[in-house]
Amino acid sequence: MKRSGILIALAGLLLAAAPEEQVVRLSAKKYDFTPEAVELKLGVPIVLEITSLDRKHGFAAPELGLRAEIPAGETVRLRFTPLKAGTFEFHCDAFCGSGHEEMNGRIVVKP
Amino acid sequence: MRGRREFLQLLGVGGAVFASGLGAACERMVRKPADDFYFVQLSDTHWGYKGPANPDSEVTLPLAVERVNALPRRPDFVVFTGDLTHTTDDGAERRARMARFQQLAAGIRAPVLRFIPGEHDASLDHGQAFEERFGPTRWSFDHKGVHFVALDNVSDPEGAVGEAQRDWLHKDLKAVGGDVPVVVFTHRPLFDLYPQWDWATKDGAQVVEVLSQRRNLTVFYGHIHQENHHLTGHIAHHAARSLIFPLPPPGSQPKRAPVPWDPQLPGRGLGFRGLTERDGLASAEEIPLSPQERIAAARAEAQR
Repeated sequence: MKRSGILIALAGLLLAAAPEEQVVRLSAKKYDFTPEAVELKLGVPIVLEITSLDRKHGFAAPELGLRAEIPAGETVRLRFTPLKAGTFEFHCDAFCGSGHEEMNGRIVVKP
Repeated sequence: MRGRREFLQLLGVGGAVFASGLGAACERMVRKPADDFYFVQLSDTHWGYKGPANPDSEVTLPLAVERVNALPRRPDFVVFTGDLTHTTDDGAERRARMARFQQLAAGIRAPVLRFIPGEHDASLDHGQAFEERFGPTRWSFDHKGVHFVALDNVSDPEGAVGEAQRDWLHKDLKAVGGDVPVVVFTHRPLFDLYPQWDWATKDGAQVVEVLSQRRNLTVFYGHIHQENHHLTGHIAHHAARSLIFPLPPPGSQPKRAPVPWDPQLPGRGLGFRGLTERDGLASAEEIPLSPQERIAAARAEAQR
């Protein structure tokens, strides 16, 4: 009992020390991501929730190593922690029609 | 190594003419003059596009046909490396654009015309309309001692060649003698040119691994609407200009929007490529679409 109590207390301390996960929501529809620009803080864990409002889209941010397929009407979650500051482009990488090439946005990671 | 050195040296000549890796391969084969040949690569005609990036879109393809027919040498064959048509959600309209494109392309005086799809032709219906009109999206053939292969990296809307096609490629190349030069046509770059703009092929590294087993192989592609030359190991990849509007150099601006149309210089940045294999040396020439006054005259004629 004493030992398990110590473990529970340690786990509580660790949870308290970890930065809280920030949820950022994006919607995707022909031919936009909304919002087009997302501002994140360096080192803060993120859950990107991306919902497709019409058809299948892709989400790719190559410089951050993020990639997901977003089926029509579904929400996909991507967990990551930005470890470098800067501006990183993302785009739809599942061809979706005549405005596909302009369907992009940017993630700004601030120190 | 000689071929690669020549290739790199000739790239410095203003980008107008370059020798491809095919040249050295041909030299090794001690080819006969009778085997000389000439072919033309056209790309990204986007028939059906209407927009400010090319107000002359209806005359651009007919002009390209005219220019090919005016070349001093008749090509053995002409290949279109994708985005024959501009995309549309309407399947009937897509088929109508392909039909009209084919009708115009048929005006080219060459014994053989070959086509591969781009994402605008094939990504919304997995290549169905393209196959109905032009046949398989991947193919290969031999011509005067060179093996030509077309790879489809667009019928998958996420831009992958896919395992089945990689297996087909592996078997196709295995059946060709090791000394035979190989030319690959495809639409998207097979390497990571600029993934931030989706200028890549999802499984391109695996495809290049298969291609790298060949000693003499050159890739010609489109998609990026500008001339570009790149080496992955010993394989040279050459992108062609488009016949609708130029795109900016990779990563040179925040968005991959077309280079704005310049009414003072209509057709600037458009063109195609002629490839000559002569006396064991392969070389390419970048041919601008047309003198500006010819474009203006064609526009006036179309408006009458």
